[in-house]
Amino acid sequence: MEKFETFTGIVAPLDRPNVDTDAIIPKQFLKSIRRTGFGPNLFDQWRYLDEGRPGQDHSRRPLNPDFVLNQPRYRDARILLARENFGCGSSREHAVWALADYGFKVIIAPSFADIFYNNCFKNGLLPVVLAADTVDRLFREVAAREGYVLTVDLAAQTLATPDGEVIPFEIDAFRKHRLLEGLDDIALTLQHADEIRAYEERRRQEAPWLFAGVEGGR
Amino acid sequence: MSGRTLYDKLWDAHVVRDNGDGTALLYIDRHLVHEVTSPQAFEGLRLAGRRPWRREANLAVPDHNVPTTARAAGISDPVSRLQVETLDANCREFGITEFTMNDPRQGIVHVIGPEEGFTLPGMTIVCGDSHTSTHGAFGALAFGIGTSEVEHVLATQCLVQKKSRAMRVTVAGRTGPGVTAKDIVLAVIGEMGTAGGTGYAIEFAGEAIEALSMEGRMTVCNMAIEAGARAGFIAVDDTTIDYVRGRPYAPTGELWERAVAAWRELHSDPDAVFDREVRLEAAAIEPQVTWGTSPEMVVPVSGRVPDPAQEPDPVKREGMEAALRYMALEPGTPVTDIRLDKVFIGSCTNSRIEDLRAAAQVVRGRRVADNIRLAMVVPGSGLVKRQAEAEGLDAVFREAGFEWREPGCSMCLAMNADRLEPGERCASTSNRNFEGRQGAGGRTHLVSPAMAAAAAVAGHFVDVRELGR
Repeated sequence: MEKFETFTGIVAPLDRPNVDTDAIIPKQFLKSIRRTGFGPNLFDQWRYLDEGRPGQDHSRRPLNPDFVLNQPRYRDARILLARENFGCGSSREHAVWALADYGFKVIIAPSFADIFYNNCFKNGLLPVVLAADTVDRLFREVAAREGYVLTVDLAAQTLATPDGEVIPFEIDAFRKHRLLEGLDDIALTLQHADEIRAYEERRRQEAPWLFAGVEGGR
Repeated sequence: MSGRTLYDKLWDAHVVRDNGDGTALLYIDRHLVHEVTSPQAFEGLRLAGRRPWRREANLAVPDHNVPTTARAAGISDPVSRLQVETLDANCREFGITEFTMNDPRQGIVHVIGPEEGFTLPGMTIVCGDSHTSTHGAFGALAFGIGTSEVEHVLATQCLVQKKSRAMRVTVAGRTGPGVTAKDIVLAVIGEMGTAGGTGYAIEFAGEAIEALSMEGRMTVCNMAIEAGARAGFIAVDDTTIDYVRGRPYAPTGELWERAVAAWRELHSDPDAVFDREVRLEAAAIEPQVTWGTSPEMVVPVSGRVPDPAQEPDPVKREGMEAALRYMALEPGTPVTDIRLDKVFIGSCTNSRIEDLRAAAQVVRGRRVADNIRLAMVVPGSGLVKRQAEAEGLDAVFREAGFEWREPGCSMCLAMNADRLEPGERCASTSNRNFEGRQGAGGRTHLVSPAMAAAAAVAGHFVDVRELGR
């Protein structure tokens, strides 16, 4: 995974609470067996006027001019400003793949759904939690100024506004570390393979029914 | 020192190592796999040259893309077909047990786990599916994961996890007649909000929860994620143990006795302290109907569509207004005046045999109303379907004008051919009323199986308690 250090990008405001992962990437696109190519279908139902199908040429579809990401001033946005409970619903990691594939690097919201939040870190997408009133203020500032950019410094855990204001944010140390280093989670866990085997050995004694398994069920 | 919660007990038993940074390496006993969230994980294993750590801990089944009409001809949509064939090929390549589409045991992943005894008390159970919380009904720690974590579990049988905070939701006293597990959990979500459980693991407790069958408990835990909690669970009691006994993958003989003795400990200690407590009075819960595009937008069947003008929080108010526009509903409309186009009885929330019995009891001797274009029953698994047919429930539904289908996720999320057309309004026993969830432009109202059946007969919502049976 690519390392995340600092990032500066245009901010787009998505002003509605409880944006669910069905809205982020509708079900018909989950049939893909690949990890890439979901960007053109990000927010498909809101972004286009017609109904999207997998495999079509999305560049020829009619855009919904009212949807925020279609407005010229937000076309190059790489930071998404959102409301409460962003990413709720289905566990589909495709939602994160779609946001990342579209080009988003950072999402700011007062709260995120747990599974979505966790999925972000597996894909180099940084979810930033800020107090609701700070998010409210950012919505007003973004609306007031075209080309509004924020600079995110993960190591320092800060956002810097165009006026030079520095807004700190909280993040779990282990998540920050993995994102900064771009670490492979599986390789890290496999460094503890002996401990996993020792655990299994102990549990086999304590609770052997857990290891009966389902071989031959086919 | 205070006692331990059930969550503490489940967590502690599965810690392989404390990483010292606020996370632990947690051992996973069971991994359920379906076709939608697994292909990229298997591809990841292949690219890294890794093999499953313990393949017998996995059970796979296609459920999201499978057709619910005759299956002899296979899947007509080539994209859906490729996804199911990819699951078949991956399971063959990696030696993972799969109930393939035409296996009589095939069904929704969260129905077959418990049905087969693959789900057992005290386990950690994960799946690339948010409704994995269902399995918490067995006193298990069960939660949904993303595809990267699916790969992680396949490769290591572990996950790196941060412990959640503990919440107890107590539903005190007994529910009235006609009030089901679905109504209880919708009322809980209405009370807490869809983000109320974010960051928490929820233990459901209280007399109304203890009185539920295992199937009712699964319905409650299934929707913990709709309250924002990744995991919901219920203490083990005789109901749990009686359900598990004799299941195909359940332990037997001396091992069974040992397991039961251990499972008897799977409850919170009397002096355990929770980070948050929520309490509802069961007697106050009526049959519930959602009116909006989030499961928290729910009212009793005797209620009316709420008025956003009464909502002081501007963000919430705008959310309500957007929901009413999408749902094409006017504030103040009595719920029983809402007319429907389709009725869906199915999903991992409500497709088990007791759900079908409850719906059939309402439908028996009645007809689906003329304005209902499609009323369908999709059993949760092949075995549920067979049981229902042995009891003659299929005939009850068919004679009333329902379609009787093959098992799968179906119109809960419309990845197969079953879907709402734009503008269609559906009474659904599923779990999400999000925009477009059941088909682009479709409008979903979440209800219990009995309420869905009553709505099919009346053509609009009715209070199932007033149906005279």
